[in-house]
Amino acid sequence: MRTGTGNGEHVGVHELVKRYGDVAAVDGVTFGVRTGEFLALLGPSGSGKTTVLMNIAGFDFPDSGRIEIGGQDVTWTPSHKRNLGMVFQRYTLFPHMTVLDNIAFPLRMRKIGRAEREERARAALRTVRLEGYGERKPAQLSGGQQQRVAMARAVVYNPEVLLMDEPLSALDKNLREEMQIEIKHLQRELGVTVIFVTHDQTEALTMADRIAVLDLGKLQQLDTPKALYEQPNSAFVAGFIGETNFWPAVSSGDAAAGSEVGVTLEGGERASVTAADAIRAGQTVRVAIRPENIRLSGDGAGVQASVEEAIYAGSVTTLLLRSKGPTLRVRVGPDGSLGEPAPGTPFALGWQTRHARAYAA
Amino acid sequence: MTARPSRFMLGGRTYSPAASLLLATPFLLVLMLAFLLPLGMLLRESLFVPSFTMEHYRRVFDEPVYLRVMYRTIRISALVTLISLLLGYPLAALMARTRGLMLNLLLVAVLLPLWTSVLVRTYAWLVLLQRNGVVNDLLTGLGLVDAPMQLLRTEGAVVLAMSHVLLPFVVLPLYATLRAIPDDYARAARMLGANGFAVFRHVTLPLSMPGITSGCVMVFLLALGFFVTPALIGGPQQMMLATLVQQQVTELLNWPFAGAIIGVLLLAVLGLMIVFHRVIRLDRFVGQS
Repeated sequence: MRTGTGNGEHVGVHELVKRYGDVAAVDGVTFGVRTGEFLALLGPSGSGKTTVLMNIAGFDFPDSGRIEIGGQDVTWTPSHKRNLGMVFQRYTLFPHMTVLDNIAFPLRMRKIGRAEREERARAALRTVRLEGYGERKPAQLSGGQQQRVAMARAVVYNPEVLLMDEPLSALDKNLREEMQIEIKHLQRELGVTVIFVTHDQTEALTMADRIAVLDLGKLQQLDTPKALYEQPNSAFVAGFIGETNFWPAVSSGDAAAGSEVGVTLEGGERASVTAADAIRAGQTVRVAIRPENIRLSGDGAGVQASVEEAIYAGSVTTLLLRSKGPTLRVRVGPDGSLGEPAPGTPFALGWQTRHARAYAA
Repeated sequence: MTARPSRFMLGGRTYSPAASLLLATPFLLVLMLAFLLPLGMLLRESLFVPSFTMEHYRRVFDEPVYLRVMYRTIRISALVTLISLLLGYPLAALMARTRGLMLNLLLVAVLLPLWTSVLVRTYAWLVLLQRNGVVNDLLTGLGLVDAPMQLLRTEGAVVLAMSHVLLPFVVLPLYATLRAIPDDYARAARMLGANGFAVFRHVTLPLSMPGITSGCVMVFLLALGFFVTPALIGGPQQMMLATLVQQQVTELLNWPFAGAIIGVLLLAVLGLMIVFHRVIRLDRFVGQS
């Protein structure tokens, strides 16, 4: 529905660099966002995700690099001429205007007549299911309602791209989950391209078509949620997305990335793992295994460990296991096959080779 | 946030009515003894000397010279308020966007006049504006005028000097208000297609109304009662109310008439404030129900 370049790339960020003093907040980031795609920029604070967004929005300008929207170079275009929509964390609605005047504001700035303005603003208000609230002032709405009005205002003028800067972080947990689904529905309904900044990996996994993981100003990985979770390409991503046990080890042989290799785990036991990077024999590595991918058996061969603590959390129980190496977290379901493991119970651990990924340390 | 109405909230703590009264007592005492009592006595004189009479009030309105002084006082005060606002708004906006050393320098520049006696500042204007003063020397030296101009004893000089003296009273509340407006409002407006002027006109200006109002009210009220600057710079030709009252009290010893002038001024100010409050309605402005 929207214009894009031939290859379907709607927003392009090319070799973006932004320095503050000696520190590179963004250090050579390149990625593309496809038309109609929901892309999450995910990273810890200080990763540069917000700086990237500010450069796309035109509130900040890069030291080098290029921003393209719909094939046009907009690196130096002022923000009010980029025709983007944006939803902020908070303080977004003008407190002195009614809800309807807020939504009509971007139309007013575009010199659209009063009648059409009002009609389109009311339609946008309906889209976010707040008809009847148009005459209120923002302060009379709840936090969730305010963010829905902010969304209505950000899409009422059919912007090229919708930018969202942690729009849900000021809301409480239940409302946040509800709004995640609502935003996703709205995005599908309108077919608008969305760039969504968040530090909450669950939020990114739930909402995004693809996630760009940033750390220390660099793009670490850009992939679908499933690929990021199952095949993280660095120890940072493995640790940042979801929960991961890291077990230091030494490789027994050379291995190309993606192939199987034997390692000696810290503590002396041997195991078979998948090399995530190219690895040489004798190289120190870190083996990453997700808590839900470790199988427990009461007896038999395998890595030995014993229960230190069992943490019950309703749908799952997390076991802390003391191994010959690090303490491991293991997730077990509620099926009761293990009973209630008491502290001290010994287990043999096992995993599929593809679930244990070795990263060069 | 559900405080019982009889108690006063302060930083999350509430005070009992007795404690509230105790805390306010020193101020209330000073207000009573130093302000309300003398004012009441003066107003009583204006109405009851020698016995109940409206004679003094009638005189204020009957003799054109007094009405002229009153009109001039209000006109000058309004002009001073307007000029202070026009000069102060850009400065306050700059200060709200400045940090560190630069901000401190600006703050000192605004506050320094406040720390200096009004008398000193007024004499400085005398030095600048007199017939062979700095301004006239400059104008004649540059050949812009042939002979020194009459600058002192003009309404313009009074307005200029008073605006200078009262400028901080509009800059400081405006600065506080502008500083408290989150940047995201302006950013949101820009993103929605507003250029710099539209952001100011539709967002910053309306959101800074509380600061504009309190700054202007402060300057206007202070200007109405200003004594030193108009008396020294304006002289008898540009007499304002405070000088008129002083003349009545110290030279003519006509206390009842001075009381009547003050009574009229008081009513005029109260009337203005009520109208102002009705029109602006600050509480409804941001929509707290």
